[in-house]
Amino acid sequence: MFLLEVNPLVLPDIGLVFWNTIAFLVLLIVLGKFAWKPMLKAISERESGIEEALLRADKMKAEIAAMQNENEALLVKAREERAGMIKDAKETADKMVSDAKDKAKQEYERIISDAQLAITQQKNAALTEVKNQVGTLVVEVAEKILRKELSNKAEQESYIKQIAEGVKLN
Amino acid sequence: MASRTIKSLLVLCLSLFTMAFSGHVFANEKTVQTEQSNPAAAHEPVAHEAEAFNVTETILDHIKDDHSWHLWGHTSLPLPVILYTPKGFEFFSSAKFMNEHHEQIMYKGNYDYKIIEGKIKIVDAKEAVDVEASKALWDFSITKNVASLFVSVFILLTVLLTAAAAYKKTGITSAPKGVQSFMEPIVLFVRDEVAIPNIGKKKFAKYMPFLLTIFFLVLVNNFLGLVPFFPGGANVSGNIAFTMTLAVCVFVVVNLSANKNYWEHIFWMPGMHWSMKLFLAPIELIGVFTKPISLMIRLFANITAGHILVLSLICLIFIFKTVYASAIAVPFAVFIGMIELLVAFLQAYIFTMLSAMYIGMATEEHHHEALDHDGHKNVAHH
Repeated sequence: MFLLEVNPLVLPDIGLVFWNTIAFLVLLIVLGKFAWKPMLKAISERESGIEEALLRADKMKAEIAAMQNENEALLVKAREERAGMIKDAKETADKMVSDAKDKAKQEYERIISDAQLAITQQKNAALTEVKNQVGTLVVEVAEKILRKELSNKAEQESYIKQIAEGVKLN
Repeated sequence: MASRTIKSLLVLCLSLFTMAFSGHVFANEKTVQTEQSNPAAAHEPVAHEAEAFNVTETILDHIKDDHSWHLWGHTSLPLPVILYTPKGFEFFSSAKFMNEHHEQIMYKGNYDYKIIEGKIKIVDAKEAVDVEASKALWDFSITKNVASLFVSVFILLTVLLTAAAAYKKTGITSAPKGVQSFMEPIVLFVRDEVAIPNIGKKKFAKYMPFLLTIFFLVLVNNFLGLVPFFPGGANVSGNIAFTMTLAVCVFVVVNLSANKNYWEHIFWMPGMHWSMKLFLAPIELIGVFTKPISLMIRLFANITAGHILVLSLICLIFIFKTVYASAIAVPFAVFIGMIELLVAFLQAYIFTMLSAMYIGMATEEHHHEALDHDGHKNVAHH
């Protein structure tokens, strides 16, 4: 107490305490309601907005990356499909060619065999005709021989021989 | 380099200007002193000696509160006096305490009042202080400090409401502009550097208006106190009544928001031997009061010390009674003034930060670790 009376600097005046309390409360209430509240609200809203925007940007980036990956995967798949298709086409073409070849060969063989058959038949037919003609000839020769037979037996025989040789030659 | 040269040139010009000016003021002061001393004790050399320049008185006069606001020379702004005595309230102008010769006189109201050493006292017929009657006198006057406080409140309301209105007008999407861009970093500073680290992310929002109001009020009054002429010139934040009021507000907020855990740590410190608990309880209880008291004294002492330092340096000119002392005194006073600018911000920050820390301590939740430790100890005791 002695100190308080000695030094007026450390002796608080009731007047200033009173007015200061009022001033502080007025400031606290008025600023609290009309300054700090909107300011802090706006600041935090802006901050959350920025944060959201950043998050959204990150998400977007991830989405774009995913899309790119997907595109690449699609591309790879398409490439694979194309390669497969080309391979299939080639195989089909090869098969067609070989099939055609086989068929052609078969046809060729069939034609050949048909031709051979025809040849054989004609040959046989020709042979038959020849044989028939030979028979006719033989008959004719026999007739001739029979007509000559009366004159000479030896000659007859040589003649038959001659004829037979001629037949063989045929 | 160029800017440095310009700066030193400016300082030199300022020093020379103040030197010339202070010489003029000094001359005036001298004539005033002789004038004043003339009618009373012109032919008494001893009394004349007593009228000589008193450094302590001059400095204290500048630091103390006053019932009028000094503008220049002998011109002062009279301020309203509000007194409460057993005979009721009284309102009158502080100009009534002065006569036309700027001398202190008695004012006859319900009682006879006179300003003795800056404070209104009740005096008897012989103009001697009536101590008993003065005790019943309550002085609610709008003094220089109160008026300055109102100026600071006006400034704060204008600036901050303008800044807040800008958010409504421009919305939250645009970048801050003007006053808004100047206030927002400070608000963010208080939030991110003061409130959140000390109180924690969960609870800080509730205390933000309180901390921000304290910070800005102290800051503005610190700065206004550094302005040497009219709108400033009062030593509000270096006045013990101002710091005491704020400290009491902090005390009330801290103790009202204190939780069970806080009181437990004060009266029955967990995890200690019972004898230690008994020993710690009174110390912790004293701590409840010393925290706000330290806040009060710190701000008061820092700001007052700064003012005394600047005034002492300026008083060097009057002590040495030569204009040339200002060549040293003024640059030093400017230097101290620069430091005071830093101190003004620093003290506002420290006051707010410590308030936030005390609130943080009072609202801190029980740690799970401590709980386990506590439970273990209790079991051991039983």
